[in-house]
Amino acid sequence: MTEIPGLSPGEERLRIGTTEAGMHTIPSVGPADPRSAPDSSGLAEESRGQLATVVWRFIHSPMAITGLAIFAFLAISSLLVGAFWHYSYTAITNTLNAPPSWSHPMGTNAIGGDLFAQVMHGTLQDIEIALTVAVVATSLGTLIGATAGFYRGKTDTLLMRFVDLILVIPVLAILIVLANKVSKESSDWFYLALIIGLVSWTYVARLVRADFLSLRERDFVEASRALGATNRRIIVRHMLPNAFGPIIVNATITVALSIVLESTLSFLGLGIQPPNVSLGLLVDQGQDSATTEWWLFVFPVIFLVILILSIFFIGDGLREALDPRKSRVRA
Amino acid sequence: MPEPDRSSGEIFSVENLTVTFKTGTGDVYAVRGIDFSLASHEVLGIVGESGSGKSVTAMATMGLLPRNAVITGSVRYEGRSILGLSEKELAPIRGAQIAMIFQDPMTSLNPVYTVGWQIAEAIRAHQDVSKEEATKKAVALLQTVGIPNAEARVSDYPHEFSGGMRQRVVIAIAMANDPTIILADEPTTALDVTVQAQVLSSLRTALEQTGAALLLITHDLGVIAGFADRVLVMYAGRPVEVGTAEDVFYRPAMPYTHGLLGSLPRLDSDERQPLRQIPGAPPSMTAEPVGCPFAPRCPLRADICETEEPPLRPVGLSGNGAGEAVGAASGHVAACHFADQVVGMPVASMFPATSVDQEEVAS
Amino acid sequence: MLGYIMRRIAVSIVVLFLATILVFILVAESGNPLAILRANPHIPRATILAREKLLHLNDPLWQRYWIWFSHAIRGDFGTTIAGLPVEPQLISHLLVTLRMVILATLISIVLAIAVGVYAALRQGHLADHTATVTNFLFLAAPTFVIGLLLKEFVAIPLDEHANTTIFYTSGDQSPTLTGSFIQRVPDYAAHTALPVITLILVTYSSWAIYQRASILETLNSDHVRLARSKGLAPRRVLLRHILRNALIPVTTVIALDFAAILGGAIVTEIVFGWQGLGQWYLQGVTTLDTNITLAYLLVTATFVILFNLLADIIYAYLDPRIRYD
Repeated sequence: MTEIPGLSPGEERLRIGTTEAGMHTIPSVGPADPRSAPDSSGLAEESRGQLATVVWRFIHSPMAITGLAIFAFLAISSLLVGAFWHYSYTAITNTLNAPPSWSHPMGTNAIGGDLFAQVMHGTLQDIEIALTVAVVATSLGTLIGATAGFYRGKTDTLLMRFVDLILVIPVLAILIVLANKVSKESSDWFYLALIIGLVSWTYVARLVRADFLSLRERDFVEASRALGATNRRIIVRHMLPNAFGPIIVNATITVALSIVLESTLSFLGLGIQPPNVSLGLLVDQGQDSATTEWWLFVFPVIFLVILILSIFFIGDGLREALDPRKSRVRA
Repeated sequence: MPEPDRSSGEIFSVENLTVTFKTGTGDVYAVRGIDFSLASHEVLGIVGESGSGKSVTAMATMGLLPRNAVITGSVRYEGRSILGLSEKELAPIRGAQIAMIFQDPMTSLNPVYTVGWQIAEAIRAHQDVSKEEATKKAVALLQTVGIPNAEARVSDYPHEFSGGMRQRVVIAIAMANDPTIILADEPTTALDVTVQAQVLSSLRTALEQTGAALLLITHDLGVIAGFADRVLVMYAGRPVEVGTAEDVFYRPAMPYTHGLLGSLPRLDSDERQPLRQIPGAPPSMTAEPVGCPFAPRCPLRADICETEEPPLRPVGLSGNGAGEAVGAASGHVAACHFADQVVGMPVASMFPATSVDQEEVAS
Repeated sequence: MLGYIMRRIAVSIVVLFLATILVFILVAESGNPLAILRANPHIPRATILAREKLLHLNDPLWQRYWIWFSHAIRGDFGTTIAGLPVEPQLISHLLVTLRMVILATLISIVLAIAVGVYAALRQGHLADHTATVTNFLFLAAPTFVIGLLLKEFVAIPLDEHANTTIFYTSGDQSPTLTGSFIQRVPDYAAHTALPVITLILVTYSSWAIYQRASILETLNSDHVRLARSKGLAPRRVLLRHILRNALIPVTTVIALDFAAILGGAIVTEIVFGWQGLGQWYLQGVTTLDTNITLAYLLVTATFVILFNLLADIIYAYLDPRIRYD
């Protein structure tokens, strides 16, 4: 007997964010007791007036600001380096395997490529992919989740069985199959982003569905229905704004997750292919020289971890800003 | 441990209690100095709007506030100071001498244990009895508070009970060890009116059976009316009127009390009287108020009200030729510069009616 | 309850086979597994054609799938492209992976709960901040990064310093290992240590964050406040009212995360050169071997389904409010 009709207890509990190459869960909306708090992270019906408060809280969270600053720095510098640095990421010089120096701040690799340019381009590539994935996964997931949660019944069952279909296999395993197929057909990073998005939407869908199932029962939906609002209007103007918070938080987690997935795929040789670079690919290429030409391994690793970490900080900061639990100190 | 001081009949006394919450965005002055006492078997009602500090007061006395609460003043139970004691030191008193009832019955009980188990746990924490005995007592307690079919229901889980019944279970837990004092923090606020009556009746039974004193905290004057011997009205973290129930209900000496009473629907009035409302909202307690905190909403507001916060003064002391007047003798005090004028004023002349068609009413 | 389980299993089996269809199509449509052989001029065409016929490579998709399906439900998983039977490979690789995964899961559970509880009870103090920061670090670093870091900057320097191999970085056991089980254990341990540690670090961190949040939430709950007001001893409040309630959410998260652990195992096996299920699968996919791929799928999906079911059962047991109709 659950409070949200149609939501199985397993799915209620799954209203949490995800990460890692296979679905480790992190509390994006906090491990609320699913029985007592089935709605979207405590957002009240008045979602507009809260924007200023949320922004204020976000700005005043050291974690969030640090994350945002680091991420912005990485994004901007990778763009600038790509445009203005005198070595491109495909350039080949005569200095082979050189340690970091003034002319090559991150050293060079075995064929004379400038690592700095490559790491920067890899960062840019990862960000591009991640944002694409987030857009694809969030829109698709929200669409499907909202439909399932709002209409319930057969539509819901059908859609959710489809989600189960994808999720019964470890995410990385299914990605390996997809990536293998895709890398044979095209080496454009866009297709890689597409397939990662095609598996990531499932988490968003579950989350949005759970939110919609509970929002549906709320009074303001009844009220707008009584006033004659059409279904679409109810969904778009009333329910979506209330589910917005968790969707946004989940989107940031999707960004981080997609970088992890893409870098793992690239590490396995199934992701970004040379001559293109990504941070994961660079780590793969540098792993054997980790103790000899340490810069080939260390720099990509550092940038990869910092990039992902900064996004996590942003996500955590967003979550706190939307639903602060910080002031709860135990008696 | 010193001998309990029952000389004045007082078993519980709070003196100059203040509670300040230190938050990230500044301090919140939730309670700014409250005194009261409870004598055995007495019922004291604390009344006030949300944010007046009444719940915080009760929690503070029992050490149940969060870590960021700074509490000063003194709280004495049977002569012994209990403010600032550790969890371990408070454990023998809580539940056995002083029991609490909380506001939201839906979340007060632990969902994973049966109702009987939770009552028995309360019993066995303070009495040396076996599990079977404790369960038997639990059944008896459930019957006392009016849960039908108690024998069977003792092994049910909280989610199998309605809100009103859950609250009665909480009352049963409070009664379990025959406490000297029961603190009831808004026991009926979260319940429907019809259920309220049932819960209050269970509360009354609890008092009769245990002989405990009751500190009843609520915003509902109707609840107070049937129960309290004495009433303390709180506003903006401070008591603004204290007296016997009769004094406060029939001879309110503070405009705020007037307003509260005027907003009560009365079944016993002959004429059709519109409900009165107090315009405005209570102040947020993020700064110490200057002058009387009720002044912005008070119809009798004068210059002195904006600069000087009125202290609690005995009613009927000034301007009455009899000197130590009736008010002082019965302990009726009020925090208003014009307390004596306020007594006896009709509320209709002080506060506006709630309905829009005031012309209709006036004609 | 039983009815619910039965229905769940029935639906899951259908979903499982639908998933196999999906994956089969993807793999089969990715190309010809014998393409490399075809490109080799030294291999006679007749041999290749015969092989293709044997593997039914030119049959229509649905027929190929049916061949696999009809054999699979009878327990016959067919042969690899090279002609070797799939089943023995499946089993031996499964055992290798299970060794890593089970150990990692058990230790992660203990570690996550311990760290989560400790950090929550010391909220705001240095211990809490340290724990949170390390949790986030391990959460953010992809599995292969942690594995590589351990391999290159912990194992190799340590081994060099001690002039002997404490941690093996490749393989799940020494190739010439003999002796009774007890005698082989130290070798197993030395080989298993790093991969297991990698998996643990990746896994425990998210659970610990979750557990900490769960405890904090419970600490401030109404029922804990009532428990304290009943005059219960503080230790009893902690064990019976805080932990008992706060451990519920995380147990199901742990069960549901098992699929993630299997995914992480793929990467760990690659990094440390283990002949486990994940590495076998990767090889199968890249060589377009449908039988290997589907066999892996069946096994892992079955585990995932079982653990999801386990999660529901555990939750119902721990929380009396859950009743499956």
